[in-house]
Amino acid sequence: MLDRRDVVRRLLDGRGDALVVAGLGQPCFDCCAAGDDPRTFYLWGAMGGAVATGLGLALARPDRRVLVVTGDGDALMGMGSFATVAAEAPANLTVCILDNERYGETGSQITHTARGTDLAAVAAGAGIARAWTVRDEDGLPEALARLHSGPGPVVVAVKVAPGTQGGSLPPKDGAWLKRRFRAAALGVADD
Amino acid sequence: MTDWRDDIFKAIKAAGVVQVAYVPDAGHARLIERSIGDNDLRAVSLTTEEEGVALLAGAWLGGDRGVLLMQSSGVGNCINMLSLARTCAFPLVMLVTMRGEWGEFNSWQVPMGATTQAHLELCGVRCHRCDRPEDVAETVATAFRFAYFTNSMVAVLLGQRLIGAKSFGE
Repeated sequence: MLDRRDVVRRLLDGRGDALVVAGLGQPCFDCCAAGDDPRTFYLWGAMGGAVATGLGLALARPDRRVLVVTGDGDALMGMGSFATVAAEAPANLTVCILDNERYGETGSQITHTARGTDLAAVAAGAGIARAWTVRDEDGLPEALARLHSGPGPVVVAVKVAPGTQGGSLPPKDGAWLKRRFRAAALGVADD
Repeated sequence: MTDWRDDIFKAIKAAGVVQVAYVPDAGHARLIERSIGDNDLRAVSLTTEEEGVALLAGAWLGGDRGVLLMQSSGVGNCINMLSLARTCAFPLVMLVTMRGEWGEFNSWQVPMGATTQAHLELCGVRCHRCDRPEDVAETVATAFRFAYFTNSMVAVLLGQRLIGAKSFGE
């Protein structure tokens, strides 16, 4: 089984100038553990909203790669967003779903992906042609490369080992995170 | 006097909006059509209204202004996602066409329509009602100014009396 921290560290090591939206829970912590960065916007709530947030950002900044890093719980709650992404077809948006088939923050209850739901197939069915699942190291380098560059939208569901990993909590002040992100991404100073 | 629907479109353009996120409503039909036809606007059709709250947060992270169009029934879908805008102080303007009030024929619209403003206010959204066409232009312009200068959420509730009650050939 792939280790989520290792996957995210490799994903973010190669981010270049990509803007990152991290979905709530473990994906946020994974991103922070890989090295806090002002160009990463952490969601501490807004479950189901990571992909839609990434879409709004991708449409606003077509000149930049936008990478959403989220979990299966968030993706399941926001499945409609995949249809909206397909309809808008932003070439600069990619989504990495860390699918451990668990709700990690609430006691590791199983999600529907443990019971047959295939999120890559959901994304493909929504109209995102570049959607697939990675189950082991063999498929990971190509997936990372296509999350970093090449045409989007892309959705990769990466099956990772269940279990949560502690430490590495990112800053929680949402307004501050927003201002920090806009300063880093746009070079603007908000009031 | 111009049509109030065109007044909203003008106000959106004057406010510098780029992303127009919507779940369709008959009351917004003309505005949606004009937005789709405008090369400087990105009209984004949503599967549910809460997507729009998140979409426009992302838009603002990238420097785009936006507006979210919905019917009053959609406000209920937004409630938890509004915590994103509130916690992070994202500016958000919602233009809400009301159902379940003046002249409503469909009882299923009443529970949400009757509590739309109360729900929004509990979530920290400032509400301005419009029931007369002559108030629309100024109210929408004010909503944009307030939301984008104070990093807060504003909804304009377009009353059913303004829009005209829907009927199914009673």
